[in-house]
Amino acid sequence: MKDMNTKTANKENNNDILLEVKNLSIAFGGLKAVDDLNLNIKRGQLYGLIGPNGAGKTTVFNMLTGVYKPTSGYIKLDGEKIDGLSPMNINRKGIARTFQNIRLFDNMSIIDNVKLGLNNKQKYTVAEGILRFPRFFKEEKEMNEKAMELLRVFDLDEDINTLASNLPYGKQRKLEIARALATEPKLLLLDEPAAGMNPNETAELMETIQFVRKEYGVTILLIEHDMKLVSGICEEIMVLNFGTELAHGKPEVVLNKPEVVTAYLGE
Amino acid sequence: MNKSNKVKTSTKQCLVTLTMVIIFFVICNIMVMNGVMGSLFEGLLIPMCYYIILAISLNLTVGILGELSLGHAGFMCVGAYSGAIFSILTKEVIKSDFERYALALLIGGICAGLFGVIIGFSVLRLRGDYLAIVTLAFGEITYKLIQNCYLIKDKNGLHFSFSQPVNPQKYDLDSKVEILKGAMPVSDVPKTATLISSVVLVLITVVVMYNLIDSRAGRAFKAVRDNSIAAESIGININKYKLIVFFVSAFFAGMSGTMFSHYQTLDSSKFNFNVSILILVFVVLGGLGSIRGSIIATIILYALPELLRDFYSYRMIAYAIILIAMMILTNNEKCIYMRERIVSKLFKKNKVSKDA
Repeated sequence: MKDMNTKTANKENNNDILLEVKNLSIAFGGLKAVDDLNLNIKRGQLYGLIGPNGAGKTTVFNMLTGVYKPTSGYIKLDGEKIDGLSPMNINRKGIARTFQNIRLFDNMSIIDNVKLGLNNKQKYTVAEGILRFPRFFKEEKEMNEKAMELLRVFDLDEDINTLASNLPYGKQRKLEIARALATEPKLLLLDEPAAGMNPNETAELMETIQFVRKEYGVTILLIEHDMKLVSGICEEIMVLNFGTELAHGKPEVVLNKPEVVTAYLGE
Repeated sequence: MNKSNKVKTSTKQCLVTLTMVIIFFVICNIMVMNGVMGSLFEGLLIPMCYYIILAISLNLTVGILGELSLGHAGFMCVGAYSGAIFSILTKEVIKSDFERYALALLIGGICAGLFGVIIGFSVLRLRGDYLAIVTLAFGEITYKLIQNCYLIKDKNGLHFSFSQPVNPQKYDLDSKVEILKGAMPVSDVPKTATLISSVVLVLITVVVMYNLIDSRAGRAFKAVRDNSIAAESIGININKYKLIVFFVSAFFAGMSGTMFSHYQTLDSSKFNFNVSILILVFVVLGGLGSIRGSIIATIILYALPELLRDFYSYRMIAYAIILIAMMILTNNEKCIYMRERIVSKLFKKNKVSKDA
């Protein structure tokens, strides 16, 4: 009972902080990959996490999604501690991600990839599936419509039975984002979404990300190296170097700081 | 509209496969009736049914879930013995052969399924080679363990031991029934398997498998196979789906074991590693993940040694050549492409609707 009151109180005080990360650290053996990180992301914000290679950005993502358990500090999503939960449970709490090296289900079709994102929205049991009860048909039809809707948003609704591995790179990226969105997350983590894209594709991606944020009301945290994208759409960014924060704030301000420029060695 | 295309595809594939199976066994039956088929080959028909079921069930684990299981014969063994023991114990109680056999099949399946869950639990955290080793061990332990079991029933009840009863007078001689006799085969199992019931069981297995694979559980199995890290990241419960596969796969293997014990002499050496590998060969050569492929490969490869009898000493060479040819035909990209082109040319209208 007490916990519930505290939770509600927390919610009311920080109702616009969706993700709270405090003193987050992780060490692999003797090496501290992330050291004492503090991060607050407001609900609905488009936040960027940048830094040179090896700064620890993907490690932060991995801790946020439960792949790694932090050695100290905590992570709170909507006021609830989620550090140490398994990836499956973290997704159910409301965080979805894409991967630096695209992880699609290669031997499955485009639409099946998205339908898998909707797996937990369907409730029919294995037995009902085998025996083809009416609930199976009803829910499959619903999920099919939901999946098609998502694919339409990402312009992937043609040839939906193509194998995911046969898609061109840019479309694979979009499919991965669509699949993550299908899980209806509160927070969407995009790990270098523009990697390997040409300027046109990047511009299209920027539009897609902003549209997604507006249409689905989802908070977005992205890792990126493409500064045009970062300064183009991110409302706030944090620079990471050697596992710790170097600076954070508005992109125009942060990107001009000398220490940030030095960290990137003139990039 | 697209969804109805897809449902048609899986349901259509299922119906095609069912038709193929029915036609095959009808033709075989006609050949038997007209004396065209030798009695040796006729005796292979019912075993072919349970090897088909074994292949389809192993295909679920190896082809769909993507986990290498080397102990499938172990589940067959569990099903064979539990079904047989049940039938022997209820011989007087359940007079109807059909009812007793049906219950025995269910019990054999469920017992094997339970073992499937146990094995599944123990391999949840293992990948690849290690999982294969555990399943291999299970297969070996199971049939060897049964060789050391002695089960006797007399008017006082059931008596179980791991050693030969030294004093035979211990048991009431009038009502003594020896059920398990260690390494000796189990006798007195009512041989109630028939060709029709066996084929029906094959058809049921085919329908269950197609429906399972074309459902959200089936998609989840394939997701675990293709990229389990990504599957976890979208909230899929990997452990739950692995256990479901192990249960279903073992259930059907157990059911086929019960079919075995109600047709052939129940001898534990028939469930050894060689049998597990034999079934695995059927699955792999039929094309991983393909139900129809598993069936066709089983029919060809199980009947082959019989059909090649005329080759005498060249039999094994011919068998090896055919194995290699099948491997190439089902797994080589060029061959798969050519095969699909031939099929689409034969059924031109199908190709049009596929593109739509």
